[in-house]
Amino acid sequence: MFDTAVVIETVVKAVIVVAVIAALAGFATFIERKVLAFMQRRLGPMHVGPYGLLQLAADGIKLFTKEDIIPQNAVKPIFMIAPVIAATTAFVAMAAVPYFPEFTLFGYTIHPIISDINVALLYVMGVASVGIYGPLLAGMSSANKWSLLGAARAVVQMLSFEVVSGLSVLAPIMMIGSLSLIDINDAQTGGIGDWLIWKQPLAFVLFAIAGFMETNRAPFDTVEFEAEIVAGYATEYSGMRWGLFFIGEYANMITISVLVSILFMGGYNAFWFIPGGLMMLLKVSFWIFLFLWVRAAWPHVRPDQLMWVCWKVLMPLSVVNILITGFALL
Amino acid sequence: MELKDFKRRDIGSAYIFLNTEATPTDGWQAFKRFVKRTIKGELFVGLWIVLREMIRFDIHTLQYPLEKIEMSPRYRAIHRLLRLFESGSERCIGCGLCEKICISNCIRMDTHVDEKSRKVVSEYSINFGRCIFCGYCAEVCPELAIVHGAEYENAGEQRAHFGLKEDMLTPLDTFKAKHQKEFQGFGALSANADENIKQTPLAY
Ligand code: SF4
Ligand code: SF4
Repeated sequence: MFDTAVVIETVVKAVIVVAVIAALAGFATFIERKVLAFMQRRLGPMHVGPYGLLQLAADGIKLFTKEDIIPQNAVKPIFMIAPVIAATTAFVAMAAVPYFPEFTLFGYTIHPIISDINVALLYVMGVASVGIYGPLLAGMSSANKWSLLGAARAVVQMLSFEVVSGLSVLAPIMMIGSLSLIDINDAQTGGIGDWLIWKQPLAFVLFAIAGFMETNRAPFDTVEFEAEIVAGYATEYSGMRWGLFFIGEYANMITISVLVSILFMGGYNAFWFIPGGLMMLLKVSFWIFLFLWVRAAWPHVRPDQLMWVCWKVLMPLSVVNILITGFALL
Repeated sequence: MELKDFKRRDIGSAYIFLNTEATPTDGWQAFKRFVKRTIKGELFVGLWIVLREMIRFDIHTLQYPLEKIEMSPRYRAIHRLLRLFESGSERCIGCGLCEKICISNCIRMDTHVDEKSRKVVSEYSINFGRCIFCGYCAEVCPELAIVHGAEYENAGEQRAHFGLKEDMLTPLDTFKAKHQKEFQGFGALSANADENIKQTPLAY
């Protein structure tokens, strides 16, 4: 039977996670603009507030007050619900992700995870890939060719990367023998040498590539690549519906960063003198920075190249990796 | 860098030829090329370059309304009518050459003969809505009377926008405070011209 305390605790945690991640997602857009600008010898937003920090608030106000346009020929209910799908799936996926080591507050031990389910990894990846319905439905219902092309690319991309990301995490899971992210984290307690990245370098690279594809980030941003298909699936969106897509995208980025940190980079284990929570923050920040860094440096690939690299290179590699891991375990 | 470096014409050895790599004919060659390209690490060179720029923090942004660039003396913006340095009287002798040469037909002037039987300009106007800032008027003026200034922040609400003589002529108090700057002439170099010198791309 459910305890009232447990229910309250879960609700509070869920609200905190959604609030914090949504705020961080907004902040990430600011960081992205700044980092990209610095890498391109620009200053980025400067005029609203000190160093442009209040640009966030300005953007928020703009998004909330902008007219919500629904094109005449669009399939209205689907068009309206698509951004909600994109954003909610991104947040729902976070339910099984542990962020920090457990700590005690007012004599009450808090586990910073909403629910520790035993198939956490499967759950997170499953829910995150349901998120692709957002772009897909948005593109198909928009009555716009660019949107439709974006939707088609979303499907192509998802079919390609899901195989790779699924197969690449299989090898670490085989080594640890559990799908729970907490178990995976606890398997890497022994300092930097215990990180799975050393035992599974190939799986790490493959999973990182798949993560970039999953979040539609450069160099795999085929779904919304401006130079080719305007804004892809988001072409017809305006105001807060458009904003939801982007909160979803940045929330996804955070989830992927957390996942990579936990799976391969020792998770929230304390390192040397740095406490585990801070370690986690550092790792996630590094990954977010990597997302922006790669965007500033690399050109994007064509959809056919993306499929080619997924099916002909990455998938065989991940199968080989599983085989090797299997033999090594035997 | 000296002048002779700029005059160097024998760049023969410095030509960089494009990498004319043979296209692979069979699968094995294609595979070898693929492996070579994959291992090459060019992607990391790209990553390094953007990171280096971020660390160097050599920002080129000019925050426009707060900072402005110094205009080159060659820049042709809103006209100015100058005064003679010695006497302070207007340089324009009313010859009408500028009015004649203006290809947009936007200069109009009116002259009369004063009591000392000298020709003076009573009215002088330029329709800046039509002016294309070609610089012919300043070039043709025998007295260096009409020149181009550097004031480029001009937007009009109407198609016709007239600059009158009083607007363009150096005001007397400015002149007395010795703030009137001599026009450097066409093709004049900007003050920081030396810093802007670069070798031609062929040389590097
Ligand atoms: S700059 Fe050219 S167009 Fe303008 S007033 Fe002089 S001659 Fe006419
Ligand atoms: S060409 Fe020079 S001197 Fe002659 S009318 Fe024009 S401004 Fe005056």
